[in-house]
Amino acid sequence: MSLLRTEGLKKYFGDTRAVDGVDFSVNEGEFLSLVGTNGAGKTTLVNLISAFLFPDSGRIFVGERDITFSPVDERIRAGIARSFQLVNLFDDLSVLDNVALAIFARERKTKRIFALAERDTGVTAEALDLLGQFNLDGKAQALARGLAQGERKLLDVAVAYALRPKLLFLDEPTSGVSTRDKAQIMDTVSSVVRGGKITAVVIEHDMDVVFKYSDRVVVMHEGRFLADGPPEEIRRNTDVATYLLGTDVSE
Amino acid sequence: MSAPQAFSIGGRAAVAGAVFIALLLVPILASTYQTQLLTYGLTLAIAALGFNLLLGYTGLLSFGHSAFLGAGAYAVAFMMRYLGVSSMELFLLGGIAFSAALAALFGVVCVRHTRIFFAILTLALSQVLWTLAYKFFWITGGTDGIRVPFSKVTLLGGLVSFPGPDAFSGFVTSYYYYVLVVFAVCTALMWLIVHSPFGKTLQAIRDNETRARFLGVRIWRYRWLAFLVSGIFTGLAGTLWVPLNGLVTPDVLYWPQSGKIVFFAVLGGFRNFFGPIIGAVTFNYLEVYAVALTEYWQLTLGVILIVLVTFLPAGIVGTAVRLTARLKRWREASA
Repeated sequence: MSLLRTEGLKKYFGDTRAVDGVDFSVNEGEFLSLVGTNGAGKTTLVNLISAFLFPDSGRIFVGERDITFSPVDERIRAGIARSFQLVNLFDDLSVLDNVALAIFARERKTKRIFALAERDTGVTAEALDLLGQFNLDGKAQALARGLAQGERKLLDVAVAYALRPKLLFLDEPTSGVSTRDKAQIMDTVSSVVRGGKITAVVIEHDMDVVFKYSDRVVVMHEGRFLADGPPEEIRRNTDVATYLLGTDVSE
Repeated sequence: MSAPQAFSIGGRAAVAGAVFIALLLVPILASTYQTQLLTYGLTLAIAALGFNLLLGYTGLLSFGHSAFLGAGAYAVAFMMRYLGVSSMELFLLGGIAFSAALAALFGVVCVRHTRIFFAILTLALSQVLWTLAYKFFWITGGTDGIRVPFSKVTLLGGLVSFPGPDAFSGFVTSYYYYVLVVFAVCTALMWLIVHSPFGKTLQAIRDNETRARFLGVRIWRYRWLAFLVSGIFTGLAGTLWVPLNGLVTPDVLYWPQSGKIVFFAVLGGFRNFFGPIIGAVTFNYLEVYAVALTEYWQLTLGVILIVLVTFLPAGIVGTAVRLTARLKRWREASA
């Protein structure tokens, strides 16, 4: 069942066709990877779906609801959350506060002005539990700016996950970390997302990661979809091999 | 749910309690003049608390907080001159209402902008208000201002009054305790606000507006609310300041007054809750004694500001907290 779909989505920056008439759909419960070379339009597509940008034309639907020009907060209420390619955290707040804030926002408690945040035991307990799932509970009281890069990436995902979205977009969750950390991050993210029965779309460049963790892979090239299918099919696709992997599939 | 601190919450509460008890003893141990000076310092500290909700917790630098100080002050003057009010409690209500209305209006204009644009807008609006107070002299008294004699002010619903020319000393003592209670309530209230989900949301907006937006936070609404609360606190300070000063002139709305409030925060340290309080009280003493010592007092304050920004960017309290934390780590390491 389709959770999200786009129809003829377009976004041009001058002469550059970043997203060029894309029909995209995400099915409920799948772990989908969005791949492509730099400038293929992956992040722009996610930016359009998450309301970071608005399209020149085309429509975006969650279920049957048209959210094409809905603001960010309405899309979050519709069940869409995202993390960022460059880690976006509240650096001068504690790790616990970063996640707790997402929970307060989800429960619409952020306007509470005459109540101590730390006295909300429900939110604190949920935040600690969530940090435990992401192996960050030991750092709960540390400032976010003091975390290592891999931990910051995990916290970035944890903050988005705390919104309890139906559909979670993860923009390069393993960029800028070591190969060993990559595996740890993806193991954790995959385990939490699948355990929480959340649909996930991951933008990723590392094809080993893509083939290992994805149910479906969508390949973008110059603003359009080049291929769409299960990992094994994509691995054998000659166009993908040529444009993305830079190899001949017959080799 | 807070960042590591040099002192525990219990430790900080004990220090705050000890300071409060010491403050209670001031009129008994110090002269009327020193008590009066500290009363000025405490009223300015309330303004600094309000200002720092914007700068320290929301990341917005206002150069126009003299507008709210003046709104609170002129509310008292207008109520006394045109309505014949003498009750301090009614002055407080009027000052809060007047400054809240002004902050609500200015906030709508200012909070959609940040950085230099926000600072310039707040400065411009406060100067519009200063011009109005200056030009509409038949209402405001112009540069002569409006007198608010302490002898016409009553406290606690009229239970405490100060008739006669010799009542000044009694007024200073009573008014000191009055201001101290309001200051304590304001400090506790602001502490609650900055540690509430609302306060944490403001800090999130300060740290990373984009991420806060992608949690579903409507940024401008929170900035507007912070602006409103900040304006009310500063207006309250203006209201409390008037009976001490005895006169309201357009000077209270002029931009150097806004500059002083910024100075309070920088002097004490705007990344620490207690920093602006210490900054306001210290600045008040600095200014009074610098004026008494030299005619170049503005030069003295300017040099202090340069030294602070260059060598102690965390301010007095921020530096003290850092040194204490360093000492604690050193002791733990050598134990």
